[in-house]
Amino acid sequence: MSIVATAPDRGTPAQRGDEQRPHRSRSGIGDRLTLTRSVPMIPALLLLVAFMLGPIVYSVYLAFTDNAIRGDGAAQTSFVGFDNFIDAFTDGAFWNSVGLTLVFTIVSAVIGQNILGMVLALLMERANRVVTFIVTSIVIAAWILPEVVAGYLLYTFFADEGSLNTIITAVGLPPQDLLFSLPILAVSFANVWRGAAFSMLVYSAALSSVPSDVYESAAIDGAGPMRRFWSVTVPILRPAIATNLMLITLQTLSVFGLIFIMTGGGPAQRSQTLPLYMYEQAFSYGQLGYGTAVALLLLLIGAAASLLYLRLLPEEDKK
Amino acid sequence: MTATTSSGTAVDRTEEESGSPLRPRSSGKGPRERMASTASSIAMIVIGLAFLIPLLWVVLASFDTEATLSVQWPSRWSLDNYKAIWNEETTFRPLWNSLLLCGGATLVTMIAAVLCAYPLSRYRFRAKRPLLLTIIFSTGLPITAIMIPVYALFVRVNLIDSMFGAILFLGASALPYAIFLTKGFMDSVPIEIEESGWTEGAGVYRTLWSIVLPLMKSGLAVATIFTFVGMWGNFFVPFMLLLSPENLPAAVTLYTFSSQYGQVAYGQLAAFSIFYSIPVVVLYLFMGRTLGQGFAAAGGVKG
Repeated sequence: MSIVATAPDRGTPAQRGDEQRPHRSRSGIGDRLTLTRSVPMIPALLLLVAFMLGPIVYSVYLAFTDNAIRGDGAAQTSFVGFDNFIDAFTDGAFWNSVGLTLVFTIVSAVIGQNILGMVLALLMERANRVVTFIVTSIVIAAWILPEVVAGYLLYTFFADEGSLNTIITAVGLPPQDLLFSLPILAVSFANVWRGAAFSMLVYSAALSSVPSDVYESAAIDGAGPMRRFWSVTVPILRPAIATNLMLITLQTLSVFGLIFIMTGGGPAQRSQTLPLYMYEQAFSYGQLGYGTAVALLLLLIGAAASLLYLRLLPEEDKK
Repeated sequence: MTATTSSGTAVDRTEEESGSPLRPRSSGKGPRERMASTASSIAMIVIGLAFLIPLLWVVLASFDTEATLSVQWPSRWSLDNYKAIWNEETTFRPLWNSLLLCGGATLVTMIAAVLCAYPLSRYRFRAKRPLLLTIIFSTGLPITAIMIPVYALFVRVNLIDSMFGAILFLGASALPYAIFLTKGFMDSVPIEIEESGWTEGAGVYRTLWSIVLPLMKSGLAVATIFTFVGMWGNFFVPFMLLLSPENLPAAVTLYTFSSQYGQVAYGQLAAFSIFYSIPVVVLYLFMGRTLGQGFAAAGGVKG
């Protein structure tokens, strides 16, 4: 039930190569990695070491310094120990952004994208074929659009004189100004709009691998639709649900552009999630060291989530 | 699911033959199923409409010189918005920069990924599992979180505002997933075919190029397009690493679009958004649903 299993041409003979391995190594060619055979891996390793590992190691250093674009730390960088972290933990704005990141992740990913994706995947199974095709195309279109475009589209949708207010005032409801009154909810909705397609694709791929006779026997046993969903579908889909939750959480944790375009973190930092807080500290205030300390915390949260994801991944993908 | 018992009547057989058994269709079903299908369709249409409105805005506003923030039918359809941005500075140069940045980075990613995936897919070695686990682990790392140290590092080594540096970084950031995906596709190419190439004296690189890669063309296309589309939409990386206006890709110029003219011309912004989005939409149409599944497989965890 891995999502990766949705990729085409998987599971062909070579994947089951394990049983064949021993006798192949007896043939002249062998399948052991030798020094010359590992040469092709060098470009990738160099790139990863220089541009991924390097910055991560550097950020561990930077987070303990007062490095800055201007001011004290700019001319001469010095070690400040855990000062940056202490500053962060005692800064109300930091905890504000931690709280907003939690709200954003739970509302838009765990609840919004996840449930809407599941609902869409379930509806796809039953709805008219043409309707399904058109609606899934629209949902996927929202997902493949560049982040900045999505940000503008949702900004115009929620803006004071935007589409949402045109529609709800037309049916006689009072206009809303979500971007001002509850900006974190507006950007959460935007993230649902942008990300629901992902969960939908994951769940619809997982659902299509559920044998229909399981439902039939449940139906014969007298289970209603809700009962069938909770005691048949959910248990079977549990691995897919867990993996999907992990992945959308990781994606949502690092959303920057969407919020940056829509609200810039405002008004008054009320939609300033951790990435935006980190950016503001590092560049608006020029505190690279402090910004990096916050980034490192974000990286640690991401790493923890990523480790969990690794544990959830089916064994065949790790061979 | 009434008609799937094995009584073998004509109705049953057509029922079983029509469509996949996994996706029950409404034809020939009882009233209960038909109602469920209708209700599902209606629910889908409602969700679809909610998703459609922002998309509708960008299309309608791009043809409307008096576009506002709200979705509205243009009082007069015109191409003036497109004409206004149809010049090098606003449209062509940013799009060319995007192509250079994302095309170059995709090339870097795919070449490095294919080369790296080959030994991973073909040989046994003790560090293989830890290496693969590290690669999968790093697909989950939020790239957003390393952009400040990357910026600081790039300032130090004088790579800031360099297209070359941005290409290398963007290429490296997409690499873990590309390796993971490519290795998966490569695993499904049977090794026996290569062995015959080896016995005829072809080297490893030759067999890789002329035997393995052609056999995994479709998988390679999925990985390449996935990589490219992900980069095309990326805003934060070029926003941090590129500074001078003549280097900026469309993702960043779209962000600065409003300030350029003082007042935001929403119609022009919509028209530019459409120009900027067309490549990924076309690539998606070209790949069809396979790409969607490639994306789903991908996890799309790039920040």
